[in-house]
Amino acid sequence: MRRPENLRPAAVPFLGFARLLRHHAFPIAPEQTTSFMRAVTLLGPRSMNDIREAALATLAPSPDRRGEFEAHFRSYFYGDAKPSIEGEEDDETRVKDDRSAREEERQTIRQEKGGELSSALEQLSSRDFQRDADGLGPFRRKLASSLPARRSFRTARTRSRGTLDLRRSLSEIVSADGDIPVPQLRRRQAVSRKLLLLIDVSGSMKLHTADYLKLAHAAVQGADRAEVFTFGTRLTRITSALRIRDREQALARAAALVDDWDGGTRMGPTLLAFLSVPRFSAFARGACVVILSDALERGDHTDLETAMRRFSARAFRLSLATPLAGDARFRPATVALRAILPVLDDLVDGSSLGSLTDFVLSLARPAPAAETIWKRVS
Amino acid sequence: MTSTDAAELAASPEAIAAHLAASRYLADDSLATAIFLAIRLGKPLLLEGAPGVGKTEAAKAVAELLGRELVRLQCYEGIDAGHALYEWNYQRQLLAIRHAGEHEIDIYDDRFLIARPLLQVLRAPVERVLLVDEIDRSDHEFEALLLEFLSDFQISIPERGTIRAATQPIVILTSNRTRELAEALRRRCVYHWIGYPDALREAEIIMLRSGDVAEATARAVANAVQEIRARPLAKPPGIAEAVEWANAATILEKGGSPWPEAFRRAIGVLIKDEEDLSAIAPELDRIVEEALA
Repeated sequence: MRRPENLRPAAVPFLGFARLLRHHAFPIAPEQTTSFMRAVTLLGPRSMNDIREAALATLAPSPDRRGEFEAHFRSYFYGDAKPSIEGEEDDETRVKDDRSAREEERQTIRQEKGGELSSALEQLSSRDFQRDADGLGPFRRKLASSLPARRSFRTARTRSRGTLDLRRSLSEIVSADGDIPVPQLRRRQAVSRKLLLLIDVSGSMKLHTADYLKLAHAAVQGADRAEVFTFGTRLTRITSALRIRDREQALARAAALVDDWDGGTRMGPTLLAFLSVPRFSAFARGACVVILSDALERGDHTDLETAMRRFSARAFRLSLATPLAGDARFRPATVALRAILPVLDDLVDGSSLGSLTDFVLSLARPAPAAETIWKRVS
Repeated sequence: MTSTDAAELAASPEAIAAHLAASRYLADDSLATAIFLAIRLGKPLLLEGAPGVGKTEAAKAVAELLGRELVRLQCYEGIDAGHALYEWNYQRQLLAIRHAGEHEIDIYDDRFLIARPLLQVLRAPVERVLLVDEIDRSDHEFEALLLEFLSDFQISIPERGTIRAATQPIVILTSNRTRELAEALRRRCVYHWIGYPDALREAEIIMLRSGDVAEATARAVANAVQEIRARPLAKPPGIAEAVEWANAATILEKGGSPWPEAFRRAIGVLIKDEEDLSAIAPELDRIVEEALA
């Protein structure tokens, strides 16, 4: 490593540590490196622990990556042979968030090492998607304006129906030399609600996941605030992959992120895992939650029921789109479906892109609860 | 008090910890170091952690340690410059204009300016500590506004010009981490993640914070709460709830309930979610008995 002219030899390791972290995709700004070195000087340093505390306080690793950070610290300053990086959640359901490309590489390596992490049900495989023509362009353009709206705390100028905007009125009065011209009004703005798509990628949904991901891509491109997760045996956040404008590229990236294609489903536990991450469950609050799944939960469905109840308590509108409903003879007859029907706002047909896009665009229009509709049918 | 006094008070992390303990706040080494670094490096301190681990309390203790007034800015979605920086008192301005009649009047005088928390701190940086509470609740626009304030410690008022702080004020930000904060904000701050304390420290905190809880009770409560937090609850109990539980159980015990019974009857102050209550109910007896043992 080349040493800058005016840097004392004792400071070199600290610079090197920051560089090492940056190499492992920790976002470290130059000013953080400077404060790190200043902090070490301020603290003495009297012991190795002082250096560790200084690093934690100034380089600010996010709590999710704390373990990884400590491993790098040990390997760098104590010379441990290799930074052995273990998964941090002991939770049985693994949550994956695609914040950076680098991180994603690390995580795949990590998963391959830890054999005990993959459950017996899991089949890890990746898939490619082909591009084809469909009517998602109009959907993307219409989406932002057709999602349900809520009143924001921010205000905007208006000409009618509003409260007096004293600030603007006063400056108007001042510029008019004390005359009172037309009073200025303001009104609270309307902002569209968040959209949360949860896509089932298990084996039973194999025929539909490709379409669902295309829909998700259009939704992320079109809506102001949308988040997309896939779930099967694991939970994966693919929103940032879908932010890439080019669909082919975005879908390829998302496909590579998801490890549990066409495996089993553990719908209840994965949805509960979603809700147990504060960041994610906060996103669900006041959002339109659309779950794209056949809700064929094998075995115990109490987890699914709890998860759905919690979702419905948080969400503005909770909808389940199932491809099974494409069949005219479909009735919500399974035990799991019957159990969650009372908390669902909508149970709709998810068998084709057309019906799904129509449904998502109609989210702002009130509709009777799912239970009422399906009672009428049966 | 001047900033050199602050530096004297913050001579070392141990000195900070001792001062904090004197104002009834028990900080571990890491937190004391982070506070020490924030004061000495002149950077804002960003505290993150689950609800109820004592982030706001830490800020209050720091203000007390420095002998300064705490100015608190509670964030919420839609908070804007009018709530955080300054606002003009329009009604008074209008009255003044009418009252002045033909005379000239400066309606942008100090007496028409309502100073909100950020401006209050800028005006007296060595007498006040700024607490920006629950920054994760505000929206991105406000975070950007705050970023500007935190990097230069100045506010521009179009009618008045730029107001700059004479010395760098001490700023503490807290976040519950319901959403990811901007990297730009994180890197400007000294960062500390507050976790739940271990049973021993929690028992000490309960002793320090509650009125007259016996040491054995505090230890039992700390053990039981550790056990309860290990379960997948919708809202794991925080430290404040643990203190309340110890207090409530002590009161019930004095009123004539025997020990395990007093804990069970006071559970409502510890767990405040119906679903969590029913999840924990079957195991509660065992947990309490083990903790008492």
